[in-house]
Amino acid sequence: MWIAFINEEEMTENVLQTNILESEAIYIFREVVAQFEKPVLLFSGGKDSITLVRLAQKAFFPAKIPFPLLHIDTGHNFPETIEFRDRLVQKLGLELIVRNVQDNIDAGKVTEETGKYASRNMLQTETLLDAIEEFGFDACIGGARRDEEKARAKERIFSVRDDFGQWDEKNQRPEVFDMLNGKINLGQNVRVFPISNWTELDVWSYIEKEQIEIPSIYFAHTRATFLRDGLIWSADDEVVYREEDEKIEERVIRFRTVGDMSCTAAVLSNAYDIASVVQEIRQSTISERGARIDDKRSEAAMEKRKQQGYF
Amino acid sequence: MDVLKIATAGSVDDGKSTLIGRILYDTQSLTDDKLEAIERNSKRKGFDYLDFSLATDGLVAEREQGITIDVAHIYFSTQQRSYIIADTPGHVEYTRNMVTGASTSQVAIILIDARKGVIEQTLRHFYISNLLRVKDIVFAVNKMDLVDYSEEKYLALFDEIQTLVSKTKYKEQHITCIPVSALQGDNVVKKSANMSWYTGKTLIEHLEQIQPQDVYEEAQTRFPIQTVIRPKTSDYHDFRGYAGKLYGGDLAVGDEITILPSGTQSTIKEIYFYDQKFEKAGRGSSLTLTLTDDVNVSRGDMIVKAAEKPTVEKELKATICWMDKKPLTANTKYSLQHGVNNVLAKIVDVETIEETNFSGEKTEASQLQLNEIGVIQLKLSKPLFFDSYEKNKYNGGFILIDLQTNTTAGVGFIK
Repeated sequence: MWIAFINEEEMTENVLQTNILESEAIYIFREVVAQFEKPVLLFSGGKDSITLVRLAQKAFFPAKIPFPLLHIDTGHNFPETIEFRDRLVQKLGLELIVRNVQDNIDAGKVTEETGKYASRNMLQTETLLDAIEEFGFDACIGGARRDEEKARAKERIFSVRDDFGQWDEKNQRPEVFDMLNGKINLGQNVRVFPISNWTELDVWSYIEKEQIEIPSIYFAHTRATFLRDGLIWSADDEVVYREEDEKIEERVIRFRTVGDMSCTAAVLSNAYDIASVVQEIRQSTISERGARIDDKRSEAAMEKRKQQGYF
Repeated sequence: MDVLKIATAGSVDDGKSTLIGRILYDTQSLTDDKLEAIERNSKRKGFDYLDFSLATDGLVAEREQGITIDVAHIYFSTQQRSYIIADTPGHVEYTRNMVTGASTSQVAIILIDARKGVIEQTLRHFYISNLLRVKDIVFAVNKMDLVDYSEEKYLALFDEIQTLVSKTKYKEQHITCIPVSALQGDNVVKKSANMSWYTGKTLIEHLEQIQPQDVYEEAQTRFPIQTVIRPKTSDYHDFRGYAGKLYGGDLAVGDEITILPSGTQSTIKEIYFYDQKFEKAGRGSSLTLTLTDDVNVSRGDMIVKAAEKPTVEKELKATICWMDKKPLTANTKYSLQHGVNNVLAKIVDVETIEETNFSGEKTEASQLQLNEIGVIQLKLSKPLFFDSYEKNKYNGGFILIDLQTNTTAGVGFIK
């Protein structure tokens, strides 16, 4: 994504090379801070939200990132992700807010799913909406990308949500040129997606180029796993439901996305470093969310969750 | 790798989604799981072919009705570059989506059904592409399979298109015409064996040789300030950085600049991108600038080169595409967003409604309805620093925001 609108001869000078996707994301971050009172960055510990943190650093340097991070912890996160999160926050001196899905379950506000494909994915929404209300956040910045999924392909960069966090997909504001209209009515908030136009490969290439640190589960490692529906699942933790006849075997695997352990399948991989991960993504014939069981529930799974306020 | 941004436009049933699905399929951009989903759903619908429109129609209502409602963004890449397609709906009531998609695109693909030829929608799509000054236009004459791949039929259509093209005033535009069948895959990525009479490029071959450029094109340098960065840390105690994105031209350390609206003169001291300093930066980059003088600058102000000043006025005339259900009438107020600057605007007069069929007809009007294009006069609460859209895309465009609903109600192009 590097385009130089300058003469080749000038390359020897100290001339900035334009990276249009990166500059677009930085522009969006700055609009958020200028247009909203209380923005927050939704941080999952995944590569996309880690990339957002780097872009936010770039947008405001030499000042600190001027908003907190919010992590909705399902309690089913990979332990590596949580460790990584805490280290990153400490290193950059950021404010981190954590809200737990477990608290809502304990309070009887939501009921946990049971059975083979049980996941806390849907339950996150409730906790997120509670947190938005508790802190009065008016802009929630997230790492969703349009290339991930069909419903997301129709998402705006500034996406207005009502009191209930609902997405009115048929009545979205047109976004023309670079202009972002962040004006909202009382009770509404905006979801902001600075890397809307990045593809999975763009994110990985950026992580490689910028040498951004990411959680270890993105790289190949040996893990106790079992097979179901042709997908590889971690057998390391009790939150992943496993039937008795589903045999545990050690495999060399890595994860392409960092969702909940209960709904994120692994892929066989020998990619031990970032360069080989990028290489692997280039050659992959399965989409990133292909290993996410939460999207496979129905053709409209993502759209339905989004209408209800899911990220 | 660079990026080429494309908008697609066509009437209902012209096969736009199918064309995009075909591009994805033939460039091997569909992953196995996505392809399986298409196969599964095509079968379920009882089709004996792959319904590629299923790859892009992302909303439940769209799949139910088999039509595209909202702009979808689709990503794919070839060996040579990345592509972003804004797939925009073809219904007459959804013109606003075409404007949205085309505003960030360098290329517009306008689909024509070979059986129907140039219809009212085609004129409208071409008109909007012209209004927005989209540089490259491709007329894809689709469904050639349904006219027996007839050269005669295509040539007749080609004549119709040439007549249409001759009517545009935007002469720098590049126009191309390609006969295709999205459903069968003729001349999309692969050369058609059914149309040996056509010796031109396939759609993808054509796109691959277009030089990607900043959609805002080269123009005078405009640096609108988004926010002022004051870290107040011990290392950067007196640091005052002006953060924004650079449009039109370049900026270098030592350049003499003027700050608008104050007219204050200063000089570029440093150009920061993250923690690094540069001597020079080109358009399209998000930067942080420092100046040699202590000046009072805030969001919405604009830095320009001292010798390249824009128009500074409290009144302006613009072509506007109306996007709200509530019509635009005279003597109403809106918030006008021009880049990162917001001012109150009063609609002084709705002068005319423009016909989008190149007839040149203008109807005297008192209001503009949803999806109508017209010319209006505006009066602003504060002076704006602007260029005509023709001269500077970035600095000549604006949106009108409804003061009650806060929705983006219209997009304007300054005359």
